[in-house]
Amino acid sequence: MGLFVLRRLGVMLLTALALTFVVFYLTNLPPNLEKLARTEGSVRMTDQAVQDWIAQNGHSGSVFLRYGQWLGVVPGWTYTDEKGDTRGRCFEIGQDAAAAPTYCGLLQGNWGYSTFFKKPVADSLGEKLAATGWLMLAVMLVMVPASLILGVLSGMKEGSATDRTLSTFSIASTATPEYVSGVVLVALFATAATGISPLLAEYGLIEPKKTLFLASATSAMEDITFWNFTLPVLTIALYGIGYIARMTRASMTEVMTQQYIRTARLKGVPFRSVVVKHALRNALIAPFTVIMLQFPWLLNGVVIVESLFNYKGFGWTLVQAASNNDIPLLLACSVVAVVVVLLTQLISDIGYVFLNPRIRLA
Amino acid sequence: MDTLTWTGTAGTILLPVLQVAALALLLALVAKLLFALAGLDGPRLPGPDGATTARSPGEMASIAIRYCFFAALAAVFFMLAAGAVMPTPVEAGIMGAMAVRFWPVWAALVVTYVVSIRFRRKLGLYGKLFDSTVGMIGFAIVMFWVFTAIFADVIVTQDAFAQLTGLKNKPPGIAAPDSPYGWYLLGGDHLARDVFSRMVLGAREVLKIAPAATLFAFMVGITLGLPAGYFGGKLDTLISFLANLVLAFPVILLFYLLVTPEIMATGIPIVLAAILFIFPIIFLCVLWNSRFYTDPMKRNIYVGITLVIGLWAYSGLAFNMDPLGVWSMQPNMLNVFVSVVFVNSPGVFRIVRGLVMDIKARDYVAAGQTRGEGPWYIMLWEILPNARGPLIVDFCLRIGYTTILLGTLGFFGLGVSPDSPDWGSTIDDGRKLLNLFPHPALAPALALMSLVLGLNLLADGLREESLKD
Repeated sequence: MGLFVLRRLGVMLLTALALTFVVFYLTNLPPNLEKLARTEGSVRMTDQAVQDWIAQNGHSGSVFLRYGQWLGVVPGWTYTDEKGDTRGRCFEIGQDAAAAPTYCGLLQGNWGYSTFFKKPVADSLGEKLAATGWLMLAVMLVMVPASLILGVLSGMKEGSATDRTLSTFSIASTATPEYVSGVVLVALFATAATGISPLLAEYGLIEPKKTLFLASATSAMEDITFWNFTLPVLTIALYGIGYIARMTRASMTEVMTQQYIRTARLKGVPFRSVVVKHALRNALIAPFTVIMLQFPWLLNGVVIVESLFNYKGFGWTLVQAASNNDIPLLLACSVVAVVVVLLTQLISDIGYVFLNPRIRLA
Repeated sequence: MDTLTWTGTAGTILLPVLQVAALALLLALVAKLLFALAGLDGPRLPGPDGATTARSPGEMASIAIRYCFFAALAAVFFMLAAGAVMPTPVEAGIMGAMAVRFWPVWAALVVTYVVSIRFRRKLGLYGKLFDSTVGMIGFAIVMFWVFTAIFADVIVTQDAFAQLTGLKNKPPGIAAPDSPYGWYLLGGDHLARDVFSRMVLGAREVLKIAPAATLFAFMVGITLGLPAGYFGGKLDTLISFLANLVLAFPVILLFYLLVTPEIMATGIPIVLAAILFIFPIIFLCVLWNSRFYTDPMKRNIYVGITLVIGLWAYSGLAFNMDPLGVWSMQPNMLNVFVSVVFVNSPGVFRIVRGLVMDIKARDYVAAGQTRGEGPWYIMLWEILPNARGPLIVDFCLRIGYTTILLGTLGFFGLGVSPDSPDWGSTIDDGRKLLNLFPHPALAPALALMSLVLGLNLLADGLREESLKD
């Protein structure tokens, strides 16, 4: 077991390095750097000036060396201009170059300076991640119980009317990406023009011109309420529910055909208690893995939903970083995303071994 | 000219019917759920004295559900049919008028279904699809959009890019005196263009890319997955590591990195295209070579034809250097296409690899090896045909997934031209004023959802039928 975890950690580290390098390479392509030079310096710089700016700000040279600097395993760049002022990666202008540390990258806790937020990346990303954490928590609280109940109910009796209805619902939910369900949900619940809000207002159940739910989750940054948080959470959860429910159903139907279930039934144990006591625990092993592996997909959902509902969390930050060419911020976002994805993969592997004692690892 | 109502004249009778049926359906569904939870649900069993007992409440609810559903369906159908026979759009209503506009699609669908059902016993897996209700419904939805894409020029009511004054964000059914048709069936968008025509043309945009990109992804996945699964070893470790690398990337991050104007300037899409587009040629050459290895004449002809056509298309698609100018792809489109193929291929690779590892332990593979068949012959002509069931199912699902990905790209405004009518971009355009005017975003959203749903149902039907073999 220990060796297995160690080997997995090794592969994980290698993957993380490879992925961050790819992101670093793609964000530090010459056209991106030229764009950065023109936004940071001046729009009217000549091509020569742009090249100079790139060279003087540590963006020239081998991409491997620059990646090493960003990571913190290669000494940070320094540049002394003709006036004798020294600039460098590890210190501000005017600070003593000799006193500054040689290495300052990710490993030293230096995530860089965000050109979009105008403050250090680590500060801004922390608060955004907290916001997304709340969103994820709410999504999990809705998605996991709902999908497990749906899956168990439909897998209990394969081919029954309940099974067919619930399976159709699951298929429909997996066929509805977040940007579609978001739009449909807003049109149904959050506009004063269509859907059920005008009807409810007519009956006097809600105030006129108000809507049942809010189509923008910006106010949820300060205060999460049922009114402003329902739609974003529901939008993300809906896409995942169908998939997890189908996996749970498959696992449940397989368990229900096992010998020990038949034995229990023939012994005269009531159907309900067979399902709850005998089948459920074994049927929930596979969905556990699936739920953990849903995280990369949830990340997608988070990006879409946070843009759609204007909730300023991690996904929103990623979009802003990418569209504003904020290289350090985008790199930090991708590190977070990659770490989340790889960690959940590891947890799902280890958890699977714990949950299923039939699997033995050397 | 009057503003159109949703249902026209027929709606005055059928709309109340639909409302009652829908309400009753909802009630019956709730009742069924409550009965099921209360344990009042069960089949009709003979009692101890042999007499049949009364139906259980749950079963009554099921019957009610069925009839209410059919009533609602019939109401909608008659609404469409009544609209189709009404002389003008005013009497037909929006739904009826749309049904009329889609006439080539209905005709093509009827022909497809009549022919297919007539000859279904001779059509293999495709014919068997018509034994499964779910599969038939899915196929109908998919073919609806395919025919819509084909006949889009006949269906649209006006030029999808034309902007008419005074129709900005106007609701569905608004009269448009300047339009050749006279109405905006689904209203106007934020630039006063016709939402209906744009939705119809969007089908063409989506179906131009999604199936082709999926096909390419399959070629890449199969060409790499077969040897990885069959030989195993270092090759497998290497390709699997690379595939897992791509799979560990959050898709949106990858799109934001790969589909940008800056990337196009560096030529990375062309390099990727050069790598990815060579796989179909390799695949087909190996396919023919392994099959006709013993018959060099035939082999040379097949491989030669593949190489000539393949490399011709390759030069045009990947490098835009086709000497005859037949094959070409706009840089924007190439970038989107390549990224989607790139994202999809590792998934296909994993499935193919898994299937090959499963199948290669079978007896007929061992028999082939004993006969002295080469590894590529075994992979392509023994293993691959036996893996076709799951692969066809995955192909359908993956087209749906690709459609979702393309929509995502459009939603974030990546890669496509700003006024492109594809569904993702149209949703993106519409979402800015979503809570004031939901209709411009709703039409493409529902279209995309129905297409993906159709593909999923089709895959489900195919899975069911291929398992029966």
